[in-house]
Amino acid sequence: MAPARIKRTRRGDFLVRLPAAERELLRRVPRELRTLLTEGDPSRDPALRRLFPPASLEDERLRAEFERLTRHELLAGRLAAAETMERTADAGRLSEDELLAWLSAINDVRLVLGTRLDVTEETTAEDFAELPEDDERVRMYAVYAYLTFLEDQVVEALAG
Amino acid sequence: MASTAPVEVDRPTGERDVEPDVPWVVIVWNDPINLMSYVVYVFQKLFGYSREKATRLMLDVHHKGKAVVSHGPREKCEHDVARLHAHGLWATMQKDR
Repeated sequence: MAPARIKRTRRGDFLVRLPAAERELLRRVPRELRTLLTEGDPSRDPALRRLFPPASLEDERLRAEFERLTRHELLAGRLAAAETMERTADAGRLSEDELLAWLSAINDVRLVLGTRLDVTEETTAEDFAELPEDDERVRMYAVYAYLTFLEDQVVEALAG
Repeated sequence: MASTAPVEVDRPTGERDVEPDVPWVVIVWNDPINLMSYVVYVFQKLFGYSREKATRLMLDVHHKGKAVVSHGPREKCEHDVARLHAHGLWATMQKDR
C-alpha cells in the first residue's frame, strides 16, 4: 500500500504529501466548484440540487421554509470551504479546520461529478473504458475516482 | 429559529392540530456517492455517536435505504437536517408517527 498522503501529527495538525500533479488538480477543483455555486442554476442543474436537497419529501411548506432559512448559510459555508482549499492547495501542513474545509470541498465536488456521471454503487472505471478518450466523462470519472481515493485518506487522517 | 405559526385564538373544536410536542425524526437516505467511511465520520462528528453506533446507522442507510439518525422537537431536527446537508448527506425530516 502507498504511504498515507495525509497524516495527523502529534501537534494536532496534518502533514500533506502530494505529488505536484495532484496539487494542480486540487487548486483547480475548488475553483470550479465556486464558479458552479455562484453561477449555476439549480432549476436546470441536478448536480446543484444534489448539494441543496429538499428537507421534506411531502411537505411543500416545510421545504420552502427550510430553504429560506438555511440556503444562504449552506451556500456561504460551501464557498468558504472551497476558498480555503484553493488557498491552501500547496500547503505541506494543514490545520484541522483547513483539512475539514478540504473534506467539505472534495465531497461537494464528488457529489457534483457523481451526479453528472450518474454513478451507482456498481459503477467502476470499466464503465468508462469504452468511451473515446476525448469524451468529457472520461476525465470527469478520473477526477471523481482520484477524489474518492483522497477523501478516504482525509477521513482516515481525521478519524484516526 | 423563527416560527411563522399564527397565534391560535379561540379554536374550540381543536380540529387543527398545533401539536407543539409532537416529536420529529431526521432520516438519512442512501445515495451511491457518499463514502461509507465518510458517512460514519459525519454521524460521529455531528451527533457524538460512538463509532459502533455510527457504523450501525451507516449500514442501515446502506442496506435498508434509509435510517433515522436523530429525533426531537422540530427546531432541533431542522438544525440537524441543515448540518447533514452541509456535509452533503441527503436528509429529510418528518413527524414521528
